[in-house]
Amino acid sequence: MSGASNRLQLSPEDVWRALDEIPDPEIPVISIVDLGVVQDIRIEEGRVHVAFTPTFMGCPALETMRAQMEEAIRGLGAEPEVEVVLDDSWSTDLITPAGREKLRAAGFAPPAPRSAGQPTLVQLQRGPFRCPWCGSTDTRLDNVFGPTPCRSLRYCNDCRQPFEQFKTI
Amino acid sequence: MRRAYATHLPAGELMGPSDVELLLSLADDELVLGWRNSEWTGIAPFLEEDVAFSSIAQNEIGHARALYELAARELGTDADALAFDRPPEEYRSAPLVELRRLEWARTIARHWLYETADAIRLEALKQSDDPEIAGIAAKIDREEVYHRIHAEMWIDRLLASEEARPRLEEALEELWPYALGVLDDDLRPTLVQRAEAKLGRAMPDVEPVSRGRHEAELAELLEEMTMVRRSAPAGARW
Repeated sequence: MSGASNRLQLSPEDVWRALDEIPDPEIPVISIVDLGVVQDIRIEEGRVHVAFTPTFMGCPALETMRAQMEEAIRGLGAEPEVEVVLDDSWSTDLITPAGREKLRAAGFAPPAPRSAGQPTLVQLQRGPFRCPWCGSTDTRLDNVFGPTPCRSLRYCNDCRQPFEQFKTI
Repeated sequence: MRRAYATHLPAGELMGPSDVELLLSLADDELVLGWRNSEWTGIAPFLEEDVAFSSIAQNEIGHARALYELAARELGTDADALAFDRPPEEYRSAPLVELRRLEWARTIARHWLYETADAIRLEALKQSDDPEIAGIAAKIDREEVYHRIHAEMWIDRLLASEEARPRLEEALEELWPYALGVLDDDLRPTLVQRAEAKLGRAMPDVEPVSRGRHEAELAELLEEMTMVRRSAPAGARW
């Protein structure tokens, strides 16, 4: 165990930095902090409380993320308390600008903003979804569903490459 | 047999027994339908549908887990015990979700009927006075949007085909009493209204196949679903 003085020095920023090192287990180009799923960090008497929301409720990475956060916090000499928040407070709008850019660079089209309203089939089929490879908006929906719950499959008619679209949640 | 919970435990501060009952109905529907949808994994008529039904199954089971966790806290047990350790007669699932994997027209009919009914139920739950129930319903609904898009796309596709249309209509007719059974009396008229608006026809006025009775297929499904858990010693970790 670390000494009390060590604990006193720990700031929320230290914890944010440590959690920012944790990659999303299924899309490792982006950290869980970039993903916006870490909602709040509070430190009380050497205990670090993290409020965290899974992207999708059936996300199999949930337990992995929780374990990795706990490990990172113990690595800072503090006791973790990870609270899973299951409400509508997380949305894909909370993915940071840096996170969106990392997604794009890895070939995942970032999600459309939630403000566009609840997605509809017409919007998914006709909306201007941009190919992350060539930038064209001449793309089509191949499948609402993809390899993980948070992704859809699209195809670019211009560069003829399939790509994955992060669903708007 | 493990029976880690009692059916009638004192309710928590916020939730009454009827709320727990409601959570279990919803959770059981999602678990059982998730299992049924996963029966298409590997054998759906198209690869894309294999992916779709597997992904939908994963979402439904995720919703079931969250709902069981909420109910388990009130009942002093855990989500796995609620999902796997109850005898079939204690499940509150609607008979619609219990029917064994159906052929494609019926699969699509059930999928669309269930998602349409579930949307109506979620709209009501989002207005719940209990902030946890309202919050979880709102989060579930964000995901269900995609299930509804998928189901409606298939309804449109099958209705547009000369061969598929009568087969889909027959399936819808057959499953309609089951669909009515997903909802309570007060929400049923909304389902009738939405189904008729989408299909452009009057739905038959029939007795609902309601919650509280079970299809024989449920016991078989539970037998299969709990096989690994029953074979493992109590307290095994996965």
